[in-house]
Amino acid sequence: MAQVTMTVNGKAASGEVEGRTLLSSFLRDELKLTGTHVGCDTSQCGACVVHVDGVAVKSCTMLAAEADGADVATIEGQANADGSLNVIQQAFQDHHGLQCGFCTPGMVMSAAALLKDNPKPSESDVREYLEGNICRCTGYHNIVKAIMAASGQDVGAIAAE
Amino acid sequence: MPKDGGIGASSKRREDVRFLTGVGNYTDDINLHGQAHVFFLRSDVAHGTLTSVDTSAAEGMPGVVKVFTGADFEGVGSIPCGWQVTDKHGEPMQEPAHPVLAQGKVRHVGEPIAAVVAETLAQARDAAEAINVDIAELPAVVDMKDALKDGATKVHDDLNNNLCYDWGFVEENKAATDKAFEDAAHVTTLELINNRLVANPMEPRVAVGDYARGTDEHTLYTTSQNPHVIRLLMGAFVLGIPEHKLRVVAPDVGGGFGTKIFHYQEEAFCTFAAKACNRPVKWTSSRSEAFISDAHGRDHVTKIELALDADNNFTALRTETHANMGAYLSTFAPSVPTWLHGTLMAGNYKTPLIYVNVKAVFTNTVPVDAYRGAGRPEATFQLERVVDKAARELGVDPIALRRQNFITEFPYATPVAVEYDTGDYHATMDKLEEMGDFAGFAARRAESEKNGKLRGLGVNCYIEACGIAPSNLVGQLGARAGLYESATVRVNATGGLVVMTGSHSHGQGHETSFAQVVAEMIGIDESMIEIVHGDTSKVPMGMGTYGSRSIAVGGSAMVRATEKIINKAKKIASHLLEASETDIELKDGAFSVAGTDKSVAWGDVTLAAYVPHNYPLEDIEPGLEETAFYDPSNFTYPSGAYACEVEVDPDTGKVSIERFAAADDFGNIINPMIVTGQVHGGLAQGIGQALLENCAYDENGQLLSASYMDYAMPRADDLPMFSVDHSCQTPCTHNPLGVKGCGEAGAIGSPPAVVNAVVDALQSAGKDVTHVDMPLSPDRVWAAMNG
Repeated sequence: MAQVTMTVNGKAASGEVEGRTLLSSFLRDELKLTGTHVGCDTSQCGACVVHVDGVAVKSCTMLAAEADGADVATIEGQANADGSLNVIQQAFQDHHGLQCGFCTPGMVMSAAALLKDNPKPSESDVREYLEGNICRCTGYHNIVKAIMAASGQDVGAIAAE
Repeated sequence: MPKDGGIGASSKRREDVRFLTGVGNYTDDINLHGQAHVFFLRSDVAHGTLTSVDTSAAEGMPGVVKVFTGADFEGVGSIPCGWQVTDKHGEPMQEPAHPVLAQGKVRHVGEPIAAVVAETLAQARDAAEAINVDIAELPAVVDMKDALKDGATKVHDDLNNNLCYDWGFVEENKAATDKAFEDAAHVTTLELINNRLVANPMEPRVAVGDYARGTDEHTLYTTSQNPHVIRLLMGAFVLGIPEHKLRVVAPDVGGGFGTKIFHYQEEAFCTFAAKACNRPVKWTSSRSEAFISDAHGRDHVTKIELALDADNNFTALRTETHANMGAYLSTFAPSVPTWLHGTLMAGNYKTPLIYVNVKAVFTNTVPVDAYRGAGRPEATFQLERVVDKAARELGVDPIALRRQNFITEFPYATPVAVEYDTGDYHATMDKLEEMGDFAGFAARRAESEKNGKLRGLGVNCYIEACGIAPSNLVGQLGARAGLYESATVRVNATGGLVVMTGSHSHGQGHETSFAQVVAEMIGIDESMIEIVHGDTSKVPMGMGTYGSRSIAVGGSAMVRATEKIINKAKKIASHLLEASETDIELKDGAFSVAGTDKSVAWGDVTLAAYVPHNYPLEDIEPGLEETAFYDPSNFTYPSGAYACEVEVDPDTGKVSIERFAAADDFGNIINPMIVTGQVHGGLAQGIGQALLENCAYDENGQLLSASYMDYAMPRADDLPMFSVDHSCQTPCTHNPLGVKGCGEAGAIGSPPAVVNAVVDALQSAGKDVTHVDMPLSPDRVWAAMNG
């Protein structure tokens, strides 16, 4: 067992972990931040995406020990300070970008990472970026729409309905 | 102007807020005090005799609480099957026992042999590696036709053979159907495979068992689409726990698509082990376990023949299907290739004679059961493919051939035992032609060809049967369950109300759409209404959500209960207003006396019900809470027409979806935004089946596509933006909301459109290709072009 300490959503967090403990397990089981979901065991589905030092990471591919000292952001820390939905979260609700909600935390975290680097992504930019996030409910249509809307683009024109 | 609330409004989903902020409550988020974890040791061979299971080393490993094997479950019941099909000779299907942990034999890769309960999951997994299992391997039965050969290895030694049943439908039509084929001017024949799929909801299955020794009460938290069904099946048939001592909770569930309908061994195990270990026991499936333990879907091999007269009218249809059951009968498996498939073979067409034969076969593979659409996609795919092939053989326009044979008068009794209440198939096809811009297709094809690509247009229709019912009919067909739905409406003293529905939401947004209905009926704000589901201790006995039944059946129960509330509230209002009950009107949340300005607010009436100081106690009881059970008189029949345009790269065989249009008739619609989302998701799963997904076994019964590395889930860059319309609305005539259901349509209607489009593209290049089996992966398409 080893002691790890990190900043999670702006607050100091620490715990005892085995060497094999994944960051996703540490967040869910130790810190009780169950918003980060685990949907596969081959690093394919992206439900567990968090930000580590500002970079989108699948938290099931990283050991908790590797995140020692890091600044970690999870879905629980994304809302505005007053508790209201942030721009991306609000766009997901407005455009029905989620159904069962299980992939949603990873989608929101990936979307935030995309928009940080590419503030006005095209539809194909969004689709390509989401290659590592699987959704089984929405067919991605409304997720793509929500992310483009969150970037301030007029989505009426891109989505024939 | 779109409405801003009530029926027909695209109300934003209230459940989204918790999902978007990471505070949903999925089963894996539940951790109970003192909880232990279980890891299942599963068979890595498809078929064999268990010669020994030695757990002695594992029992001494760190953290181990208890190790279970099949011997611990000898007095426990078999996992039951909920539907008994009768074969064409009137005999019941062959029904094998289905143990919680393997007894004597293993019959598919993934079958649980032993289970280790330990302090942590890692300790349980480590200890499972120390269990010594000896299996004398037997030949695996994988191919369905091989399984039925004389002398084939039997999956179950105590059954006669590997044939679960040989079903003929409608048996009385067989001779006349055969005669129609002899008299036909043209017969089109097609042999095809409906590929085996894995449902893959993003949330893997989870079960947490809990036991209170003081009160002898069991609780199971589980990822289920129908917690009452699990309580009944597991309590009554497996563990012998009376329902009043067993609570089943299905909280936020991360997608189901059918695969979370069924009662699974892991649920029974965790419930059993919680008592045996006297502490909560939790199982969380890994995705790798899900692939070898979640019920699979589809897996039909079919020959279909269509007979036409000299004027291209359909005169008869004949099909022969082999349907894979896997190694055991999952909960509703026998109903899928029979009553959910044979009854839909008329499709949208007035074919007078139909005969369907289905042979259900046991193999050494994971059990197969309902997956989004369940039988109806299999029916639609073969019918719409054979109609398309017939049009091409006859040199007629595929849309014209369909239109010529459309059913146009309703109600319409099909030759396969169902009666369509309403529909307008020309209207959805008209809408599709407009949405799909078929007039512009030639120019788009020319543009693709200029870029070295082939372009194809595929069209098809579909009919669905949702809200399977009524209970007395399905009982005659072999269902061992009722198919009603329930709702309790509890009005609180201050006017807010709670609807406890037997339907279950696992992505469908019931918390929003169900509230819209009640808000409309009473004339109050949606925010005053809470929808509760998924807990047998809170909601009345309900049948859950599958088969696109929630709004049609569960919504109807809720309407009936709300009507009772309104009737009672009117009695109270008439007392408060000192007016005749027949003069009381409810509008915008206030009761008024017709023709006067006297009125009393909703909240005043509800308060009077619970503070009955001024109250007609001699006539009615205090309180305002009503329950209704609704058993529909018929299925509902959504229908539609879909169009797909593909580009095919002739050098690689890669298919890309360029346009997809869906014109659906769902009857009346509660929340158009949610309905559109349901169609999008269905289309993605249907296109996934057509182009990407395939559950493949090798000849030894090893699953080759057992992770997301090998099973091609549709990703964002595999799919286009969809064009979806549901403005064609022929309301259902036999439920109070006139609704039909929309959950499965996309998955049912889209695969034939994709394959029809690819065949069209290949034929446009002069290739003599009449069919390619799904998934239309680049290698298959390339081989078809160059074969």
